[in-house]
Amino acid sequence: MLLAALVALICYLGSMAATNMSRRHTGFGFGFLAESSNFDIPFRLIPWSVGDTYARALLVCVLNTLLVSAMSIVAATLLGLLVGIMRLSANWLVRNIALGFIELVRNTPQLVQIIFWYVAVLQTLPGPRQSISLPGGALLNVRGFFLPAFAANDRADILWPLALVMVLAVPFAWRLRTRDLPLGARSLSLLPVAAVCFAAGIDHLDWPEPRGFNIAGGVQVVPELVALWAGLSIYGAAFIAEIVRAAILSVHLGQREAALSLGLKPRQVLSKIILPQALRVMIPPMTSQYLNIIKSSSLGAAVAYPELFQIFAGTVLQQTARETESMVILMAIFLSINLATSALMNWYNRRVALVGR
Amino acid sequence: MSGATAEQRLPLQRSFAPGTPGARALEWLKRNLFGSLFNTLLSLVVLAFAMLIVPPFLRWAVTHATISGVTRAACTGDGACWTFIRMRLPLFIYGRYPASEYWRVNLAFALLVAFCVPVLREQTRHRVPFVILLFTVFPALVTWLLSGGFLGLVFVDTNLWGGLMLGVLISFVTVAGSLPLGILLAFGRRSQLPVVRTLSVCYIELWRGVPLLTVLFMSAVLLPLFLPQGVSVDRLVRAMVALVLFNAAYMAEVVRGGLQGVEPGQEEAAASLGLHWWHVQAFIVLPQALRIIVPGIINTVVDLFKDTTLLTIIGLFDLLGTVEQALKDPAWLGFAKEGYVFSALVFFVCCYAMSAYGRSMERRLAAGR
Repeated sequence: MLLAALVALICYLGSMAATNMSRRHTGFGFGFLAESSNFDIPFRLIPWSVGDTYARALLVCVLNTLLVSAMSIVAATLLGLLVGIMRLSANWLVRNIALGFIELVRNTPQLVQIIFWYVAVLQTLPGPRQSISLPGGALLNVRGFFLPAFAANDRADILWPLALVMVLAVPFAWRLRTRDLPLGARSLSLLPVAAVCFAAGIDHLDWPEPRGFNIAGGVQVVPELVALWAGLSIYGAAFIAEIVRAAILSVHLGQREAALSLGLKPRQVLSKIILPQALRVMIPPMTSQYLNIIKSSSLGAAVAYPELFQIFAGTVLQQTARETESMVILMAIFLSINLATSALMNWYNRRVALVGR
Repeated sequence: MSGATAEQRLPLQRSFAPGTPGARALEWLKRNLFGSLFNTLLSLVVLAFAMLIVPPFLRWAVTHATISGVTRAACTGDGACWTFIRMRLPLFIYGRYPASEYWRVNLAFALLVAFCVPVLREQTRHRVPFVILLFTVFPALVTWLLSGGFLGLVFVDTNLWGGLMLGVLISFVTVAGSLPLGILLAFGRRSQLPVVRTLSVCYIELWRGVPLLTVLFMSAVLLPLFLPQGVSVDRLVRAMVALVLFNAAYMAEVVRGGLQGVEPGQEEAAASLGLHWWHVQAFIVLPQALRIIVPGIINTVVDLFKDTTLLTIIGLFDLLGTVEQALKDPAWLGFAKEGYVFSALVFFVCCYAMSAYGRSMERRLAAGR
């Protein structure tokens, strides 16, 4: 009976939507993706020009979303690990600063934090002419971070992908080490070779420098990305810190005592005994934090970072008036990114899980 | 026995080291800050870092700040201009609600406290009637009080609602709506019937897999599509519906955790006494589960309250929305820091209080086992 009611409800909603759509003279379909668009995307990883198709805009946005999510996940994990360990420090000052950080960040809305970083911090930086010079030749001003870039020479087309393949191959070869194959340990020597390959592909370093009213050269990291990145990573880090702390506390005290009595140094105990065991407990809650970070990347809309939500629920929707299709695309993409991430983390979880306990 | 207690007392005695208060403080410092070389270095680094951040912040927020005056001309110092916050405080709390009707909002806040206290108090013996009152009489009373239109109260359009009041209101409505739905979904997920189970799992995972922002946006843009022509639903109500549907999925997971925490023996014993499945769930399992999940529900409420800020993006004026609105006022340009620090502070106070209460409850529950 419940089922029948549900089916009836869905049919009713569907017919209602269909009549409403036909009244507005908009059919349902994704054909508009092939049409050419008429807007600019200020920040992108792949080339984009006004007039490219909506499908390409989708690709640009997905890459932007993935970029900020990946950056935030890495930064949040590192920062969270640090704060979580600080929280358990024997030092009163360190312990309580970590606690204060966690409480402050966890109890204020993420949106307020992101907007705060953007409006109250990054927008009050000096203009390009009075850029703040950071160590390493980077510049910081109201238009964002400017990092030195590697200019490629004509050999880079072959050498850089080669270096990337080598770096990616290392973890796989490293796993062979456990089976006592000499190849595993030797795989580490690939890293310097990759570095040499990469260096051979560099023509010169492109330093950012003020020129006129702007900055010439280098890679620009727009302030929107920096604000969103800071907001997502700091917020995520506070939650991850608590997960790390709980996981470390869940490791039996005897483990630590046994390791200490065997003569291991405190730092070795942490990195070789406690953390590997805590990792197992950490993975499931960490997964949900990672998913939260990915979902929260849609808050980039508030600072106009051109990610999926901002472009497809904003610009594209206004230009094409395709509400249903835009929402379906948005939800489907977020769902698939999330499902893929959780599948990956579940696979990793199974791999590190203790067998036969 | 006596030997063991003496050993246990040893560390305690050390923490109450004899001597003058000064000596004791020195002992505390030595143990907690300068125990080893590494610890000393760490303390010094942290102290230096704190010196770099805290004094300038205090200078900005307290010593060099201005709070008196009525216009921005009063803010001459280089510190924060709290005058801006003070002058715009009614906007931040009540939105554009008519000033002559503020007492209605205040009364609604007071009623919220009055109805919540017996539900949350530890000593309450019969909680159920109070819960029912909170979720039936209270909403009716507050709807009448806030929107008015009959029984002598002037009608106030929901377009005028805003500020902190809107956030609190939406949070309450969402909890009241999503808790029953979440309980149903949690039972659905544990059901023996494959269709019901699959549907519940799909519902929960679908909502948990998409960002809240897309859901809110859907409510603003897409919901009118599913309604008959001529029927238009208030923007605020649409957002509430979306939040209830979204939050029910999270509630369901909290409730499911509680249901799993009830010993299976309880259910079996009740069933063997001849109780019907519905009776077992309603009178044996659910009351025990609800007791366990109160901290979890409070966490969800904290998250929800923080998430009400997202309403700003779809054009409703919650606290953050009114702050942004006030920042655009030409008479008060350039006080972004003050505005955002203020709204962060308000949220911090509310959320910290709630989560502190949740934690203390969790400790009591853990101790009671």
